[in-house]
Amino acid sequence: MHKDKSNRLDRLIDAFLPIIAVLLAFIVGAVILLLQGVNPLEAYQAMIVGAFGSKNGLADTLVKATPLMLVALGIAIAFRGGMINIGAEGQIIVAALLTTYVSLTLGDRMPGWIVIIIGLAAGVIAGGVWAAIAGYLKAQLAVNEILSTIMLNQIAIQIGFYLLRGPMIDPAEVEAGTNIPHSARLPRPTDMPRFTDVAEWLGFSQSASDMGLSGYVKELYGVLVEPTRLHTGFIFAIIIAIVVYIFLWRTTIGYRIRAVGLNPHASRYAGIDVKKTMILSMTLSGMLAGLAGAVEILGLHHRMFEPLAVSAGYGFTGIVAALFGKLHPLGIIPSSILFGGLLVGGDKMQRAMQVPQVLITVILGLVVLFVVSTDYFVRRRARRRVSVDTSSTDKQPPEASSSRSAQEVSS
Amino acid sequence: MNEQLTVMAIVLGIIHSGIRLATPYLFASLGETFDQRSGVLNLGVEGIMLMGAFSGFYTVFVTGNLWLGIVVAGIVGALFGLIMAVVSITFQAEQGISGIGLFMLGLGLSSLLFKTMLGTVQGVEGFPDLNFCLSTVGLTSNFCLADIPVIGDIFFGYSILTYIAFALVPISRWVLNSTTWGLKIRAVGQNPEAADSLGVSVNSMRYQAVILGGVLAGIAGASLSISLINIFQENMTNGMGFIAVALVYFGGWSPIGVLAGSLLFSTVSALQLWVQVLALNIPSDVAVMLPYLLTIIALALPLRRAAQPAALTKPFQRGEN
Repeated sequence: MHKDKSNRLDRLIDAFLPIIAVLLAFIVGAVILLLQGVNPLEAYQAMIVGAFGSKNGLADTLVKATPLMLVALGIAIAFRGGMINIGAEGQIIVAALLTTYVSLTLGDRMPGWIVIIIGLAAGVIAGGVWAAIAGYLKAQLAVNEILSTIMLNQIAIQIGFYLLRGPMIDPAEVEAGTNIPHSARLPRPTDMPRFTDVAEWLGFSQSASDMGLSGYVKELYGVLVEPTRLHTGFIFAIIIAIVVYIFLWRTTIGYRIRAVGLNPHASRYAGIDVKKTMILSMTLSGMLAGLAGAVEILGLHHRMFEPLAVSAGYGFTGIVAALFGKLHPLGIIPSSILFGGLLVGGDKMQRAMQVPQVLITVILGLVVLFVVSTDYFVRRRARRRVSVDTSSTDKQPPEASSSRSAQEVSS
Repeated sequence: MNEQLTVMAIVLGIIHSGIRLATPYLFASLGETFDQRSGVLNLGVEGIMLMGAFSGFYTVFVTGNLWLGIVVAGIVGALFGLIMAVVSITFQAEQGISGIGLFMLGLGLSSLLFKTMLGTVQGVEGFPDLNFCLSTVGLTSNFCLADIPVIGDIFFGYSILTYIAFALVPISRWVLNSTTWGLKIRAVGQNPEAADSLGVSVNSMRYQAVILGGVLAGIAGASLSISLINIFQENMTNGMGFIAVALVYFGGWSPIGVLAGSLLFSTVSALQLWVQVLALNIPSDVAVMLPYLLTIIALALPLRRAAQPAALTKPFQRGEN
C-alpha cells in the first residue's frame, strides 16, 4: 500500500519533469534577456499576451500549432519505432511542392473539395516517399537516419528552389520580369475552409460586438466566428492526433512499431519483421509531415514560395513539441499549442521589445537539452523501482532509442 | 593549346579551392573522430561551429588579433563540448536528440549575438594566404614558392589554418594510436566495461574527448569566419557540421579516412562553385545539392563499417550488464 503511494508520487513527478525543463529553459532565457538590458518579465508578458491574449494572437497560435501538431505526431511515431526523424523540414517541402503542383494542375477542372482531397493525398505521398528513403537506407544499409534525413532536408530545399525558379514559377512573375521564385496562387475553390466560413455555414454570422460580448469571451468567440487566418486544418490535426493514438495503442501494427522501438531483438524473436517495421514507422512519420506541408499550402499560403519559409522550422520545433508531449499523441495536442504560442509570442516580443525572435530558437534548444537530461531521473527512479521490488511489473518508460537499435539489427 | 591551358587552370583552381575548403571539414571531423572513438556521437557540431565562427569573428572584429580569435573560438567550443558532455555522458541522454538540441542552441545563440552585437554583416581582415616568398638580396622582385607552376598552385598559397588542419591528421592519428591517452579513448569507446574494470574512468575519458572535439569544432567555425570567408552570417555553416559528422562514418573512424573524405567533399563543393563561376549548363541549385547527395551515397557504402566503435551512442552505467 505504502509502496503504491510512493509509486504514484514518482509518476506524478515524472509527469511534471518536462514542465520543470521548460521552466529552466525560460530561466536561462531570462538571464539572456537581462544581459541584453531587457526586463524578462515584461518580455515574457509581451510574449504570452501576444500569443494568447487576443483574437488574432490566438488564431495565429492555432494556425502555427496545426503543422506543428502533425509534424510532432509523425516524429512521435518514428521515435516510438526507434527511428529519429530530423527530416520533417524536407518532407514538408516536397509535400508542399507536390500539393501545389497537383492543385494548380487540377484546379479548374474539378470541384474545389475534390482538388483539396487530392492535394492533401499528394502531400501525404510525397512526404512519405521522402521519409521512406531514409527508412529504407537505415533498415537495409544501416545508414544513420539522423544524418540522412538532414541531408534530405538540404536536397529538398534545392529541389524547391530549382522548381520555383524554373518549371513552377508564377507566369506573372516572368511577365513582370521580377522572377521572384514562387508559384502562381492556387484557384480560390481549393482554399481549405476557414473557421469563419464554417461558422457562417452553421448560421453564426453575428460579430462579437453585435452579441454584446466583452473581455476574453469576446476574443474566444472572435477566434471561432470572426474572419481570422484560422482554418479547418486545426480540427483536422486534432482528429489525426486521436487517430494516431488509436493506431499506436489499439492496433497490431502500432503495437509492433512500439515493440521494435523498445527492443528490436526481442521483437525479432517474437516474429516481427523489424526492418519492415522500421521503414513503416519512418514512412508514416513522413506522411504526417507531408500532410502538414499540404495543409500549410491549401489552408494558409495558397501558393508555394521560398522552401525554408514554408517549412518554417516546424521540423525542428516539432521535435521539441513531441518531446514535451512525452511522445504521446494526446500530450502532443496541448504541447503543440504551447509551442505554436511560443513562436507567435516570439514574433510579438520582437516587435514590442526589440528582442530578436531567434531567442525562441535558443529557448527551444534549451528545452530539448533539459528535457533529455531530466529523462535521466525518470529512468533512474524506474530502475530503482525495479530493483527494490523485482516482482514489480513497472514498465520502463519507452526509450526513443535511435542508432542503437538499427546498428544492432543490421550487424 | 590555349584551350588546354584553360582546362589546366580550371583543374588547378578546383584543386586549390578544394584544399582550402577542406580546412573547416578537417578541424570539425577530426574533433568528431575523438568524440566517436570515445563512444559519443556529437551531432551538435554544427551548433558549436556557428558559435566558434561568431565568437572568433567578433574577437577579431573588436581586437584585430587573429590568434586571440582562434583561442576564443576554441574556448567557446570547449564550453559547448562541456554542455554536450554533461547532457550525454552524465545525464545519459539520447545522443541523437541532445545533439539536435545543442545545434538549435548554437544556431539560436550565434544569431542572437550577431543581431545584438553586430547588427549587419561586417568584414574583417582574416588570416593572410602564405605565398612563401623569399626575398633575395640584390634582386628587386621576390621569388615566391606559390608562383611555381602547378606545385605552387597545389601546395602553397593557403592560410596558416589550412596547414594546421592538415598537420592535425598525422597528429590525431599518432595521438589515437600511439599514446596511452589515445588507447584509453579507444578503449572506452570499444569496451567501456573492460576499460572500467582496469581502472580507466570511462566518463572522464569521454568528457575529455567531447571537450577536445568541441575545441576543434569551434576552431572549424572560426576557420570559416576569419580565414576562408572573413565575414559572419547567420547559419553560415549551412550543414557543414552535419557533413563533418557523416565524414567520420565515411572515413571509417580513422584520421586518414577522414582526410580522404574531407578532400572529396571539399573538392565537390569547390566544383559546385566553379559550375557557377563558369556558367556551365547545370542549374546551380542542382550543383549545390551535390555534397548532400554525395553524403547520403557515402553513408550507404559499406566502407569499413566494422571499424565503428562498439559502444558508440551507448551511455556507460557501471554494473548494468
